[in-house]
Amino acid sequence: MDIPYTVRPRQDTGLYNAKVGIWLFLASEVMLFGALFSTYILLRVSAAPGTWPHGLLNVPLGTINTLVLIISSVTVVMAWASLKMNRFQNFLRFEALTVACALIFICIKSFEYRDKFTHYEVHLKNGEVIDGHLIERTPDHIKLHLSEAHRRSALAREAEKQAPAHGEAKPETHPAEADHAAAGEHHERTVPIADIAVRPSGRLWMENYGPWHNTYMAIYFTLTGLHALHVIGGALVIAFLWLPGRKMWKTDPERFTNRVEVSGLFWHFVDLVWIFLFPVLYLL
Amino acid sequence: MASDHSATAHSPTTHGHADAHAHHDAHGHDAHDVSKSVRKYMIIFGALLIGTIVTVLASYIDFGNASYNIAVALFIAIVKGSLVAGYFMHLIDERKLIYGVLGATVFFFAGLMYLTLWSMEPTSLIHIKH
Repeated sequence: MDIPYTVRPRQDTGLYNAKVGIWLFLASEVMLFGALFSTYILLRVSAAPGTWPHGLLNVPLGTINTLVLIISSVTVVMAWASLKMNRFQNFLRFEALTVACALIFICIKSFEYRDKFTHYEVHLKNGEVIDGHLIERTPDHIKLHLSEAHRRSALAREAEKQAPAHGEAKPETHPAEADHAAAGEHHERTVPIADIAVRPSGRLWMENYGPWHNTYMAIYFTLTGLHALHVIGGALVIAFLWLPGRKMWKTDPERFTNRVEVSGLFWHFVDLVWIFLFPVLYLL
Repeated sequence: MASDHSATAHSPTTHGHADAHAHHDAHGHDAHDVSKSVRKYMIIFGALLIGTIVTVLASYIDFGNASYNIAVALFIAIVKGSLVAGYFMHLIDERKLIYGVLGATVFFFAGLMYLTLWSMEPTSLIHIKH
């Protein structure tokens, strides 16, 4: 038996069934992301003043990803418009561009995730806390590329220590050169394993910025991870319509056009969620 | 284009559905209207790009209070989201049933956000009183 109303609209709704279906699904998606957004608000507002982290994410990369998704939203609607205008080759080009945008988005997101999983906070036995990216780990030591924030605070501490000596004879190096040398020295740091504090569990007190690190990282990974799964799912559907699914254009072009419209509605929703995620997680 | 499929996607004669044409007319989706829409899509695309740049720039401006910065960022996001939903998702010209579904969604989403904010009020009933 044929599925009813795949092309013809129902008399009472004026819609083909898949369109009602996708909108009902998107309504449930709004509530899913809404629940996580409300979690974000609760965590953020309940955080003790000054403890909510800022500047942990790479704003230029987030901006590029926002632009990539906006471009993909245009290409996906242009793919549908191309079918409506009976330009099948253009449809193929726009679907290919959409899938390419999805791949670029996922690549950039993976790069950002990798950055967080190699970013460590290390507590030393002397009470010092070091923050940076892990470059090397051996049984004897770890080597960290110190984060900019950490370098800046270390330089500030050093400047404070040297402040009383200001009245005395100054070294002959140019101040800018001296700053540069200090910054270079503080770029990397090798820490003997023996100096790292040990937790009651017996494990070294060093932890990367994964979802377990703090509530900000937890909600960041949950929201962006769920969103990335939607990007992957949407890209798979669009890739299907672009490659093996395209043969339906020859047998049932109207139904195929409706399929493309429905996949586009989902893709626009994915873009819409990111439009809110980007400022909330990267900028505020 | 030479290799394009010869059948017109919107033609009722292709499939013999008597009411298919009426459906497409009602939705303004015939080829002529679609080519007009393409210009609209390009304008929306430009607006979304500008909106993204303004969001990033606005985040570097100190409006004097963190809540003002949040309000500006969310306002731009709502404008961008409305453009995507209204024009790319064609919500500006959609059937009543879809509006009904989304009306219910807006109601429950607003309720969820209201309960979230209400639960953080120290005077709200969910806090245990000693």
